[in-house]
Amino acid sequence: MNWTAIWVTCKLATLTSMALLVIGLPIAYWLTFSKWRWKFLIESIVALPLVLPPTVLGFYILIAIGPHSPFGRLYNEVVGHTLPFSFQGLLLASILYSLPFAVQPFVTAFEQVDRRLIEASWTLGLSRLKTFFKLIVPLSAAGLITGAVLSFAHTLGEFGVVLMVGGNIEGVTRTVSIDIYDEVQALNYGAAAKTALFLLVVSYAVLLFIYAMNRKVWAVWPQK
Amino acid sequence: MAAEVAIDIIKTFPGRAPISAVLNYQLQQATALVLFGPSGSGKTTVLRSIAGLEWPERGTIRFIARIWLDTRAGIRVAPQERQIGYMAQDYALFPTYTVAGNIAYGLGALPLAERRKRVDEMVELFQLRGFEGAKPRELSGGQQQRVALARAVAPRPQLLLLDEPLSALDLPTRMQLRGELRTLLKHLALPSIIVTHDWTETLSLGDVVAVMGEGQVLQVGPPQDVFCRPGNAAVAQIVGVETVIEGHVVEQANGLATVRVNGTLLKGLGTHEIGSPVFVCIRAEDVVLEQGGTGLTSARNHLNGKVREIVPHGVMVHVKVDCGFPLVAVVTRGAQEELKIEPGSPVVAVVKAGGVHLVPRVE
Repeated sequence: MNWTAIWVTCKLATLTSMALLVIGLPIAYWLTFSKWRWKFLIESIVALPLVLPPTVLGFYILIAIGPHSPFGRLYNEVVGHTLPFSFQGLLLASILYSLPFAVQPFVTAFEQVDRRLIEASWTLGLSRLKTFFKLIVPLSAAGLITGAVLSFAHTLGEFGVVLMVGGNIEGVTRTVSIDIYDEVQALNYGAAAKTALFLLVVSYAVLLFIYAMNRKVWAVWPQK
Repeated sequence: MAAEVAIDIIKTFPGRAPISAVLNYQLQQATALVLFGPSGSGKTTVLRSIAGLEWPERGTIRFIARIWLDTRAGIRVAPQERQIGYMAQDYALFPTYTVAGNIAYGLGALPLAERRKRVDEMVELFQLRGFEGAKPRELSGGQQQRVALARAVAPRPQLLLLDEPLSALDLPTRMQLRGELRTLLKHLALPSIIVTHDWTETLSLGDVVAVMGEGQVLQVGPPQDVFCRPGNAAVAQIVGVETVIEGHVVEQANGLATVRVNGTLLKGLGTHEIGSPVFVCIRAEDVVLEQGGTGLTSARNHLNGKVREIVPHGVMVHVKVDCGFPLVAVVTRGAQEELKIEPGSPVVAVVKAGGVHLVPRVE
């Protein structure tokens, strides 16, 4: 098994999940509570990575962060190297690609918080921000964990976007899914099978965790 | 300390009559204003507007010297800045917090030691000792109501807003808590605005009542005055109790209470303590008028009186009888003619004990 690829993949997935907690929460909050009539425009953009081929998304990200775009030039001037085919560039692409997998569970969780509880918090003098952290987050904890874990799992398995934006650089951007592809190309079926099994087991474990956590009725556990 | 509350707002909801409420009243330290009206009359919207949870399209809300809302001047004070205690109809207790956590929730600005002390005071005052660590779902309805109230008053608000404080409770608990709530409001010496659709709650909790109907404030005054002298037909219709008079319980046996009203004894249903002050409330349609009145009936109250005034009311006639206290009866025009009911004529007013409602009051 290619442990370097596994390490790169886990690092990428962990950082993506963490970044999505920071970026996804405000977006989800706004999507849940905004009364703006054109809100659906933003909702559709957030959901785009669900339907867009990863190559298309990867292509646009590559153009957007490339040395010919204003953002790419600015990044190059500030940091001193370009974003495409770097781990940072891959991270940025992963965040965009997994955005709906984090935001949608967040929104679902926020929507289930009773508005009257939020109003009670306001009348007790707590600002919207404090109400968010003291009331809304604890009440939607399961949904927030689901979003973080789903985006982690989704990043583990991404292929097209990684290939387009990150390339295939050993130890930097070569993730598990790319490694499997390489091994198959090189007819190393044994190595590919091991890594594939690893990914299968990890993905299954992650989904087991989510479904078990969100299960309403536990036959053997005492009712909360 | 007298202070003024002035409300003049317009709020529309799609598919409903617009709410256009004007209300001005002076409040003393512990004045309880009751917004009373049928469901859909807009009373909850007015309360939520005062809390800052609903934004009227146009209007002003002023509390003492502070302007909370002035749409023309663009002033919109957030609920957080209003220093109010608000209790929603279903209490809205925070399920992830314990009883103590709920009460302490609004006390974040206090130093820890003081916060602990305040929570302890509230636990004591609201009889929640032993339940500090319990989660809301482990409590009975009455306990949940007390936690919600404790949470609302813990930050020492300037004004307490209660939306149907008793309606989520079963009947026996409601009767018991109605008395507790009244005592507590007086004890806290906190001005309050209470929304209810129950006229017995209006009488026992309110110092002032504002009757609402069709989105408008129809009449404001002490509950007894408003109930006995409704300003117009709409108010009379909403109130539905024509006779409200003060009395004292003098005897109590097997759920039947005897009440003295101006020297007249009346029997009504209730388990009030002897000596306790009550409002005696009688609906006009529960009063039967007889002539002579020698016949034995199952009704417990036979009151000799004189007709004072007759007011036609469609096919019915409202007859005001003086039988030691003013009593209103409603009869048909035919009955009036047959019994020759005219001002000055003697009648016997018959009321069943079940028609005599006794509502506790504060002296």
